This record gives sequence, structure tokens and C-alpha cells, in this order.
Amino acid sequence: MFKKTLISLILAAGLAFGASASAETKVGFVYVGPIGDHGWSYQHDQGRLAVEKELGVKTSYVENVPEGADAERVIRQLASSGHNLIFTTSFGFMNPTVKVAKQFPNVKFEHATGYKRADNVATYAARFYEGRAIIGTIAGKMTKTNVVGYIASFPIPEVIRGINSFTLAMKKVNPEAKIKVVWVNTWFDPGKESDAAKALIDQGCDILTQHTDSPAPLQVAESRGVYAFGQASDMKAFAPNAQLTSIVDNWNDYYVAQTKAVMDGTWKSMDTWGGLKDKMVEMAPYGDAVPADVRAMADAVKNGILDGSFHPFQGPIKNQQGELVVKEGEVLSDKELVGMNWYVEGVEGSIPK
Amino acid sequence: MLPSLVKRQQPSTLMVYLSPVIALILSMVAGVILFLIMKVSPFGGLHAFFIEPLSTKYGIAELGVKATPLVLIGVALSLGFKAGVWNIGAEGQLTIGGLCGGAMALYFYEQQGFHIIPLILATGIVSGMAYASIVAFLRVKFNANEILTSLMLSYVAVLFLNLMVHGPLKDPDGFNFPESRMFSDSALLPILLEGTRLHIGALLALTVVAIGWIVMSKTLLGYQIKAAGSAPAASEHAGFRRSKVIWITLLIGGGIAGLAGAIEVSGPIGQLQPSISPGYGFTAIIVAYVGRLHPVGAMLAGILLALTYLGGETAQIQLNLPVAVTGVFQALLLFFLLACDVLIHYRIQFTEQAVRVENT
Repeated sequence: MFKKTLISLILAAGLAFGASASAETKVGFVYVGPIGDHGWSYQHDQGRLAVEKELGVKTSYVENVPEGADAERVIRQLASSGHNLIFTTSFGFMNPTVKVAKQFPNVKFEHATGYKRADNVATYAARFYEGRAIIGTIAGKMTKTNVVGYIASFPIPEVIRGINSFTLAMKKVNPEAKIKVVWVNTWFDPGKESDAAKALIDQGCDILTQHTDSPAPLQVAESRGVYAFGQASDMKAFAPNAQLTSIVDNWNDYYVAQTKAVMDGTWKSMDTWGGLKDKMVEMAPYGDAVPADVRAMADAVKNGILDGSFHPFQGPIKNQQGELVVKEGEVLSDKELVGMNWYVEGVEGSIPK
Repeated sequence: MLPSLVKRQQPSTLMVYLSPVIALILSMVAGVILFLIMKVSPFGGLHAFFIEPLSTKYGIAELGVKATPLVLIGVALSLGFKAGVWNIGAEGQLTIGGLCGGAMALYFYEQQGFHIIPLILATGIVSGMAYASIVAFLRVKFNANEILTSLMLSYVAVLFLNLMVHGPLKDPDGFNFPESRMFSDSALLPILLEGTRLHIGALLALTVVAIGWIVMSKTLLGYQIKAAGSAPAASEHAGFRRSKVIWITLLIGGGIAGLAGAIEVSGPIGQLQPSISPGYGFTAIIVAYVGRLHPVGAMLAGILLALTYLGGETAQIQLNLPVAVTGVFQALLLFFLLACDVLIHYRIQFTEQAVRVENT
């Protein structure tokens, strides 16, 4: 009995000491790709650097972490080495994050693009589909062959949403335009991405867009003299002539705010889905090739989303079978957008099952 | 004077033991240089790589978790390589084993019973064997090169897994994300050490090492495997059928790789995902060779490789080193290990002849 009390006392002292020692805030980041992808993981790392710069806290990161058995160990290692806030930045880290969070109730976790939350697990994602509506408008106006190529990663709702939003916007300004979708089944593989880009150009596409993380498709577009849109980050440096604009993920403000909340003790588990209005999605400056009237149309879409007068998924919207899914005057709810698994009218082919 | 390699009359027994030591010293030196270039303390770097991961009970358990698939497949492949059967496709056999074992786990979703885990593991073994038998059949029947067929079938396996988790095995409540349900508790491997992830798969790996050793050193089958690899013509002459050796080594390789896949999904992962292995089937080829195609060697090599993975993660967290540096260090270590093994069969000689050749 005495022994037990003694042990629990020591444990309590240890916990108390641990708590006071962690007065210094440390933030950990887990990336699915290398920072050098110049896309998804790169932008998350920009957010990490912003946290370091603005709040002066210590951060660490682990890059290229496979989505599988290893993720749990990496997350746990961060949690057990004094990090009080951990960002896990890929969908496949969802279950490992939740598992580790159960064992470390005092550590806060933030998981990107997932749907499982707990008292110490928050989720966050960005409304990239808002940016897709803008680039869809530009693509519709600027394509000459009326065939636009779309390099897609995995047929998950986020990617389907992007294809639909892009197609709706493109068809609105140019009903003749078509899109061709190629699935590469990877988030980051410059070789596969550029092969897909070449194949699409060979099939007559004169504008490319992508939902993968590397600048490889833009480099192909640059060398073949067609246009393309950057992804996740401003990729102009890789394609100074080809990039028309880019949908830029901006995690800086969010990461700084959440870190600050942990420091102030005001952090709460919640779901954040930020868009253009929250500056979580931003557009890179237009390329020189975009004419003034197209810029004006793209700006109009952007301003419409910003002031709430336009929603990329506002009715009437028909599905591929031609059935009316969203009536005139209605918009798709967030709940329906989160699980989106159908194509809108005008997308060719079917969603890979 | 130019150094050249001269084949020894007999393998040097001294070098058998000395070569790993030389390799270790060389990679330490290379590591120190690498860490100095990266402007981190060499002591801190080596500490993060080799000591820190083993400083906690959890860390040691994780070493077991990470090493289990590498050791299992490493042992299985070393049998095949010894016989000159080049099964490069363990990754595919692992994937199929994991997929079928996982499908079994999902079939018993929310059911109880002690039969579930043995069934999952047996399914992994049988499906891995079945997948490898395609390679064996093509080789024996049509003399198709097994390096090509087994490698190509790996890609098929991974894509097939993708198809399944995007389709029939998808979590019905998962918002259409390509993942299966989380397995229920009765389909998860029992944990050996409370508070860690060390599961009974590690014991199975040790058992496979022991069986592999006995087979290779004490049985006729082991002798046939060695003979088929080192003297194919003589072994045929002695009446050992080549096709039998091909079938047996491929079935063993496929079965154990499939077992490793089933262990991964019902152990540390606990569900089916588009990718269930970060290339264990390919890494195990290195494991087999660093272990000099000996079951016990493969075990040591598997543990060493697992340690460098854990150390790489620790080095990233503690020293903010990029993942590429940890990869370079890992590769240096393997390079020195394999390069020093040359000294067992060859010695370095500084010949006058080389000089003369240069002068003329």
C-alpha cells in the first residue's frame, strides 16, 4: 500500500515536473512528402517557419513519412519528446494521430484533411475548390483546342470536388470546352506526373491543371509551349511563361494562431475549413499571358466568393446522368461537399472505384 | 602502385569476423564527416542514430515492430538467393498476403473468437504462396525470367490493393476515402509488452529464423538448395530436380512474405490502406545480402536496418536534419558492409604490373 502511494507520488511529481518543463512550447510537424516537393509539404513547412519566426518557439519536423505503420511511431516520438502541439499534414495520418492522441491527453494534435476529432485532436483543411472555380474560368476562356487536361491524384472527395468545381466554372464561360482526367495514383512522383502531362498534351490539351504536388507538369507545359496552373505553391519559378496563376495553400496564419492558442491555454478541438476569405487559399499573381478581360472575369469570380454572392457549387447543377442535383438558388452544403463522390455533368469518364 | 583484387585460395576466416568491424569503423568515420558537413555535432548525430532509439522500452519494442517484416522476408529470400532463384517480388507477395489477410479480418468484423487471428495469418501465407506460384509456374513451364515476372507482379499487387480499398473493402462510414474499416480487437495481434506495439509477429519472425537455420544446415532440402545455387550442373547430375528447388524456394518466399503482410495489417496498421508497406519486400533483398544469405545473418541485418530507420527519424526530430541526410548515412553504412565483404574472398594486392601497364 505504502509502496503504491510512493510510486503514485513519484509519478505525480514527474507529471508535474513534466508539465512545468513544457512551459516552453515546442511544435512538431509530420510531412508525407519531402520539403523539396515545392508543393504541399513545402507550403506546410513555410507555415512551420512562420511559427518559428513570429512566436519564437522551437519546432521540429519529420519529412517523407510513409502513411502506414511508421506514422504512429513518428507521431508518438514527437509527443513523447516534449512537443505540446503536433500537426500531421496528410489524410493517411488520421488513425495514427487519433491513436497517439489517446495516449497523450495533454498534447494537442491537429490533423489536416481528415474527419476524426477528439478532445485533443482538431482537424483543418482548406477550400481549394474555391481556387478551382477561378482557374476553371481562366481555362475556359483561354483554351483554343477546347480540351483541358487534369492530372488527378486519388479519387477521394477533395479531388473530385476540385474536378467538379473546375468543370462547372469552365463550362459556364465556354460550354464547348472539355476536360480529360488522368489518375496517377500518387501525391508526389515527378516522373509519373510529367508522363501524364505529356500524354495529355499529345491528346490535344493546351492547358493543364493538376492535383498533385510537384512542379513537374508545369515544367513539361513550359517546354511544350502550353499553359498550366500551379498547385499548392506559387510555381512560377519552374514555368515563368506557362503558369497562368496558382492556387496557393497558406497555412502560416492558421499555424501561428493555433500555436498561440496553445501558449495562451485557449486551444480547443474544432474543425476548420478555411477558404479565400480566411486567406487559407490564395491566388498567385496572374501570368503575363492572361489578357485583361480574362483577369477581370477571374477577379469577378474571386470577389463573388469573397463577398458571398457566388458559390462554386450553386445550382442549377446536374450530375453526369443529367439529373438535377442542386436546384436553382440552392448551394451544396458542406456536409455534402465533404463526402462528394459523383461527377457533375460535363466531366467525361467515371470515378475509378 | 595500383591496388588490385586477387582471389583468395580460401575464404579468409579472419576477415569473416573482421569485415563487419572494418565496415562499422568506416561508416562511423563517414558519418562523422557527414555530420560535420551538416554542421551538427558528430557525437550527437551518432547518438541520435544508434543510442537514442534504444534508450526507452518503447523504442526497443519499436525496433522489434520495424524489424519483424524485414527479418521474416530477409530469411525467406536468402533461401531462394542461395539456390539461385531470384525472387525480387516479395513486395507483391507481401501486399497480396496483407490484402487477403485483411479481407479475412474484415469478414470477421465485430466477431469474437480465438480462431480469427490464426485464420488471418494462414490466409496471408496461403495467398502469398499462391501469388508466388504464378512466378514459379512461368519459370518452370516457360523458362520465363523470374526477376522480371516477380517484379512486374509486384506492381500488379499494389494496384490490385488500390482497387480493393477504393471499392469493395472501403470503409462504409469513411466519406469515400480509400481505407478499410479499422479491424475489431479480436482481429488484432496480441501485444507482447504492455504499453508498446510489440506484437506476437516478432516471435513468429524468431521462429522463422530458427526454422530457416535448421533447414539450411541440417536437412537434405537445405543441401539441395545450396547445391542448386553453387553447382547447378552437379546437383542435376546428382538427381536433384531444378524445378523442385524453384517451386519450393518460391513457395517459401511467397508464403513468408504473405505472412509478413498479414502481420503488418493486423499488427501495427490495423486496417487496409492503399499502401501497407514502405517497400519492405525490396529492402529485404538488402537484408538478405547484408546477412550473407544466412538466416541468423538476415536477422541481425534486419535489426540493423530497422535501427537505421528509427535513428533517421530521431535525427530528424532532434537535430533537424533533412531526410536525405539520414538516407545518405544509411546507404553509406550498407555500402561499407557489402564492400568489406569483398575482403573475405579477395585480398588487396599492390602490384608492380599495374604500374608497368600504366607506363607503357
